[in-house]
Amino acid sequence: MTDTKREAPASLEKRAAALEIVLRRKADMPKNFVAEFTEHADDAWITANGAQMVARAWTDPEYRARMLVDGTAAARELGFEFPEHHRNLVVLENTPTVHNVIVCTLCSCTAYTIIGAAPDWYKDLDYRARVVRESRTVLREMGLDLPATTEIRVWDTTADTRYMVLPMQPPATTGWPVQKLATIVTQDSMIGVTRLEQVKG
Amino acid sequence: MDGLHDLGGKQGFGRVKYPSAPHNENWRPLVRALHAFAIESHIYNMDEFRHAIERMTPRHYISAPYFERHLTAIATLLIEKGIATREELESLVDGEFPLSGPLGPGRLPFAPQSFAIGETVRVKNEFVSGHVRVPAYVRGKTGTIVHVSTPTPFPDAAGHNMQAEMEPTYDVRFRASDLWPDTSDEALNHVAVFQSYLEKVEGA
Repeated sequence: MTDTKREAPASLEKRAAALEIVLRRKADMPKNFVAEFTEHADDAWITANGAQMVARAWTDPEYRARMLVDGTAAARELGFEFPEHHRNLVVLENTPTVHNVIVCTLCSCTAYTIIGAAPDWYKDLDYRARVVRESRTVLREMGLDLPATTEIRVWDTTADTRYMVLPMQPPATTGWPVQKLATIVTQDSMIGVTRLEQVKG
Repeated sequence: MDGLHDLGGKQGFGRVKYPSAPHNENWRPLVRALHAFAIESHIYNMDEFRHAIERMTPRHYISAPYFERHLTAIATLLIEKGIATREELESLVDGEFPLSGPLGPGRLPFAPQSFAIGETVRVKNEFVSGHVRVPAYVRGKTGTIVHVSTPTPFPDAAGHNMQAEMEPTYDVRFRASDLWPDTSDEALNHVAVFQSYLEKVEGA
């Protein structure tokens, strides 16, 4: 592993395939595990889950209140699941003067069963290093120019607690049915790098 | 450990590559599934996995894509758990298979303390060579508890496969201007901090 002796490592495809062979041969991984897991993850752990929670909160004040007290219970109420190590979901409420944004500086943790798999930019070293210290600047670079009066709250996912942002409902969508509202809620708005107020009816 | 993974507040980085470009790399979902199998089968736990990523050499960590870090941690742990050997992996790929550095000792949690929402607390100014989930940017800093979680495994023990009592974590609110005086954007920074990492503030 010393720099002078370093050869080019085998390709990532080869290395991943080798691990699959080892797990099948020596840890009894079923042949169809990878396909079945991938299908389940891609079908069940999607942004639409969090979007449904947000749309429900916009239309049901009692659900909203429950969600802000116990996000985990509010997610389970709509039938969503968590892996064993996601023991707490905390929902962070945006207001006209408060903006929440999520990061994981130490790795790239997210509530992936609720908001979907983290996008590549969230795992980017630049995002992890900078958004805690230069929140307003980073958000502006990403297209969200917050007024100077808006208080920014940054949440670093350093333990087993997971976070999601409850964005504000766009005024133009007042009165929409809950299923239609869910279609406008994006993953980025639940991470907190966009707001939805500009969405048109 | 004071590794390169502890990125919060590090300077010199550039614009976030946003939005992300689409990809079509099949090895990525494969690695995700292999890791899920290893966790499900209790080959290793999440803290051991995170620590194996942290133990990658700094040069490798900083240059590796996200799922290569996962792949390296899985390979390292399969060897450490006696499921594979390095020679076996190298033979399967017919070349070099870079791994993480060696595992050192972990540590047990401290005696339970109790903290309340609204209480002012300080993050201990500790330097831990094993797995630890305190980002360096809050070491020794004072903040206010805003939320208490249900108990979870103490990472400094779990990351080294040691049995330990679970303990609560606290979402602690800091001011960016206290963390990086004069060199940060104004914000309230929240970090989820395990009970053992916190201490009472006299007179608070």
